[in-house]
Amino acid sequence: MIETAFTPYASLGGGILIGLASVALMAVAGRIMGATGILAGLLQPSNFADWSWRAVIVAGMIAGPFVVMLFTGEMPAVQVPVSTTMLIIGGFIVGVGVTFGGGCTSGHGVCGMARVSPRSIVATITFMIATIITVYVVRHIFGV
Amino acid sequence: MRLIILFLIGLVFGVGISIGGMANPAKVVNFFDFAGTWDPSLIFVMAGAVVVTFIGYRFVLKRPAPTMDVKFYLPTRRDIDLPLIAGSAVFGVGWGIAGFCPGGALPALGTGRSEVFIFVGALLAGIFAAKFLQSALAKRASAQA
Repeated sequence: MIETAFTPYASLGGGILIGLASVALMAVAGRIMGATGILAGLLQPSNFADWSWRAVIVAGMIAGPFVVMLFTGEMPAVQVPVSTTMLIIGGFIVGVGVTFGGGCTSGHGVCGMARVSPRSIVATITFMIATIITVYVVRHIFGV
Repeated sequence: MRLIILFLIGLVFGVGISIGGMANPAKVVNFFDFAGTWDPSLIFVMAGAVVVTFIGYRFVLKRPAPTMDVKFYLPTRRDIDLPLIAGSAVFGVGWGIAGFCPGGALPALGTGRSEVFIFVGALLAGIFAAKFLQSALAKRASAQA
């Protein structure tokens, strides 16, 4: 386990930026800022225009850490407290779950909650509870 | 022009994820670890993002259409079904195991860390597997009908 510092101001600021990006995407392109939806459409686009808007958003996301480095002088911290095996298993499970669930933290958790969508509220409560239970089992029962 | 604006929107999202801590699996897992090294920071990310989006959507969705497209592409379903609940539960299990969610991992790719590429590779494999399974289930359902 890696202890991390409590960062209320940076986290609130980051959350506000995520919110602004979500509002801007709806205002400009009429789309939900959901990583799952954007990624799924990127893999199976209906045409080039459908692919290109998704591709540039993902490119912008990937450029995010570079902008942070420009201002702070260092890349944002990525501390991985789990093994490669757990990354692979977890990643595969996340991919299956978000596809059937129709969204993840950004799509259901932010945009759907903001729209007060019943499906998104149920999805968000469900995955939050599942994550809490999983972290408890992994860390405190299996002791990984 | 449209693509430049969309790139900048992605960039703002990526910066927000980065400074908020969502790209850091240690911070994400600690948020869910009440019995251990608890770090409540991410509630501030969620709260900031949801409140800003809630207020912003009120204004944006009053307009007849977005500025650079013909209409709003909003999900219309309101039913709570098994795939929604089971899929979300499965997502939570994976998120708890790996510490990355899709929206956290995509910006994290920019750090160049190999762990992020491993996670995203597995994530894409999972999405493809699920889409294959979904179309197989849909075929079986239509064959029975």
